[in-house]
Amino acid sequence: MIPEIGHFALILAVCVAVVQGTLPLYGAAVGNSALMSVAKPAARGQFFLVLVAFCCLGYAFAAKDFSVLYVAATSNSKLPLHYRLAAIWGAHEGSLLLWTFILTLWMVAVTIFSKHLPEAMRARILGVMGLVSLGFLLFMLTVSNPFERLIPAAVDGRDLNPLLQDPGMVMHPPMLYMGYVGFSVAFAFAIAALLGGNLDAAWARWSRPWTTVAWCFLTVGIALGSGWAYYELGWGGWWFWDPVENASFMPWLAGTALIHSLAVTDKRGGFKVWTVLLAIMAFSLSLLGTFLVRSGVLTSVHAFATDPRRGLFILAFLAVVIGGSLLLYAWRAPRVGLGGGFDLVSRESMLLANNVLLIVAMGSVLLGTLYPLFLDALGLGKISVGPPYFDTVFVPLITPAVFLMGIGPIAQWKKASLPALAMQLRWAFSSSVVTAILLPFVLGKWTPLLSLGLLLAIWIVTTTVVNIRERVGHLVGNSLMSCLAALPRAYWGMVLAHCGIAIFIVGITMVKGFEVENDLRMNVGDTATIGGYTFRFEGAQEVSGPNYVAARGSFHVTKDGREVAEMHPEKRVYQVQNQTMTEAAIDTGLFRDLYVSLGEPIEGGAWSVRLYHKPFVDWIWGGCMIMALGGLLAVSDRRYRPAWRRERYEEAEALRSISKSVA
Amino acid sequence: MKRFLLPLAVFVVLVGFLAAGLTLNPREVPSPLVGKPAPPFRLPQLHEQDKTFSPSDMAGRVWLLNVWASWCGGCKEEHPVLMRIAKAGDVPIYGMDYKDRRDEALTWLRRHGNPYPITAMDEAGRIGIDYGVYGVPETYVIDKQGVIRYKQIGPLDDEIVAKKVLPLVKELQSK
Repeated sequence: MIPEIGHFALILAVCVAVVQGTLPLYGAAVGNSALMSVAKPAARGQFFLVLVAFCCLGYAFAAKDFSVLYVAATSNSKLPLHYRLAAIWGAHEGSLLLWTFILTLWMVAVTIFSKHLPEAMRARILGVMGLVSLGFLLFMLTVSNPFERLIPAAVDGRDLNPLLQDPGMVMHPPMLYMGYVGFSVAFAFAIAALLGGNLDAAWARWSRPWTTVAWCFLTVGIALGSGWAYYELGWGGWWFWDPVENASFMPWLAGTALIHSLAVTDKRGGFKVWTVLLAIMAFSLSLLGTFLVRSGVLTSVHAFATDPRRGLFILAFLAVVIGGSLLLYAWRAPRVGLGGGFDLVSRESMLLANNVLLIVAMGSVLLGTLYPLFLDALGLGKISVGPPYFDTVFVPLITPAVFLMGIGPIAQWKKASLPALAMQLRWAFSSSVVTAILLPFVLGKWTPLLSLGLLLAIWIVTTTVVNIRERVGHLVGNSLMSCLAALPRAYWGMVLAHCGIAIFIVGITMVKGFEVENDLRMNVGDTATIGGYTFRFEGAQEVSGPNYVAARGSFHVTKDGREVAEMHPEKRVYQVQNQTMTEAAIDTGLFRDLYVSLGEPIEGGAWSVRLYHKPFVDWIWGGCMIMALGGLLAVSDRRYRPAWRRERYEEAEALRSISKSVA
Repeated sequence: MKRFLLPLAVFVVLVGFLAAGLTLNPREVPSPLVGKPAPPFRLPQLHEQDKTFSPSDMAGRVWLLNVWASWCGGCKEEHPVLMRIAKAGDVPIYGMDYKDRRDEALTWLRRHGNPYPITAMDEAGRIGIDYGVYGVPETYVIDKQGVIRYKQIGPLDDEIVAKKVLPLVKELQSK
């Protein structure tokens, strides 16, 4: 009964989505206020209905209702409750439901935080989002229904893929989808602006916080996925340039470009057409990512069961949404007009160069991901494009982008002077170069890539310091602290996000340069030393979990005779799918990770064991988290607060200055 | 107007390819080499550099030639299947490490297990050209006379092994 309620709620949601996707758009076109006002209740109603469906599916998992096909396929009576609930998004159908649910969540957020928008704008935004949601709801109801019954019911379920039975995987998809789907808001803003023909600075200002929040979620989502691969796949890598990873990375690159381009549109009124195109691109790439992952056109380690009808549906949907918006773009964008002009050397030009580099980098990832498909479709054969391609193409493209990142914030809008910039940055530049060349020698090894990585990281930090000093220098204040506090939060957000990049680069550079790994056979009582840490193997015992049995190894780790950690890697066999999983043991530290995983048992209690010493590896994810924090800090800036609150703030400011002048 | 249509044009081309992609199976390709003698080569071995390996060493036996590389994602997927074949011992699998670095290849084998009695090292990928290696992994079934009887492009899975490879191997062995 409960699953049928969920199914029915989805059908009702389709009806509401049809209303939401048509009436407000029509109302906005003809200026009918009554029709436009339908958008808000429709969006909220749709949210409620999808929420009901989501809860119904959750209930089916919690109650172990194996008469629901999807539940039987992705859970098992022995699977613990929290993983049963996470199994809602453990496979295709449920992921779509999560996607749609998050889309309606964003819609509700738009209805709440859009009081200050003109009515027609809000109606158009919600209308466009309603159409997107309609597509996904229809997709579910036609070829991917999560509530489909299995009659007779299965005795027990086939269990959730053991790879996904992990806390990181519980959080990864919702975060990623919050990001993917969040770009739909920026997309809807862009389409609404194209429809209404009012692409102005106010439009950019409204779009900015939405884009930034989506970008923050996407950043965290990608970082979680990479962290998950690091400890769950058991070979210590953190990025594989797999098509599915690329699918999440491409919208991130486009979104990063969008954030910066929006800044120009907001502050200088420039780049309007480009910004609109980026907004369309960011969301299109999110949709394309879904298509690549869900249709099975590419082979990937994340292989999902493929159904040709599904691929066809998503492709048709892609064609309508992306093709339609690009057509609208081609029709409307020529009338938008240009923003203010700028010189060849100016903050605008640097942001533009950075944007182009990001988009070209995105294009290179897209090409690498789809190249096997292109050749195949042209009958030229089949190839697989591996990390060597991505490493050789991506690094040279992103290096100048990072270099510009240091200069951009310092350059003046409209017209900057190259000699003046050189003067401002001469210390930052020379100290970065000297440190980058010498530091690797101090660390004990010099390679060009090591030096380059450190150069970029130090460059970001030193230019940021120069930038802060400049900004403070322009303020007249009593103390340094009050000057720093006077700088807007949006500025601090940028500083933090850029430093996050620096930390991220340090992480990659140090791991690539200094990681030590050792594959060896260890008998009970054997010791091995890597990176100054001595590991003693104490043997392995049988342990059993709720739905698996495991061999659990014990390692005693010491450094210079002092005890550092007890580590317990496991080799698990999940019984339902008879799948072996390697659970690495990781001792995390600020400057290094120790990583132990069990290979295969060898006779006499010995095991083949893999030991890693990974310096600074956590800086990779730490950097991502700091980037996301920077984004959130920027969003909290008062310039984005809804108008009424800002007005109140300005009143208070005015009062304060009056009282000051009176005093 | 024209330059504003450019994104749409790019997208239309992309959709065309994606649509074509839907009709294709990324793992199945006919090969002109099937039925022809396996191109000869003599390559250094991965483990013992001073020794070499050549298909002619295998004359009189039915064997599999598996092209792999440590950088290849599909190989990771395929590897457990190869390990099972090697364990069952129905047919020997010889490896050809394609456009790879020796140290990385050795680490990879230590890590995932080594199903190959011998792996030949095609560092420059020259022999790959003779064999028409499109992508890695690829697997060839070669008969007693040194003729290629089957070519698998992309990872082997248990179903293909059970339905195609092993029956073919049995048939060829009995000849």
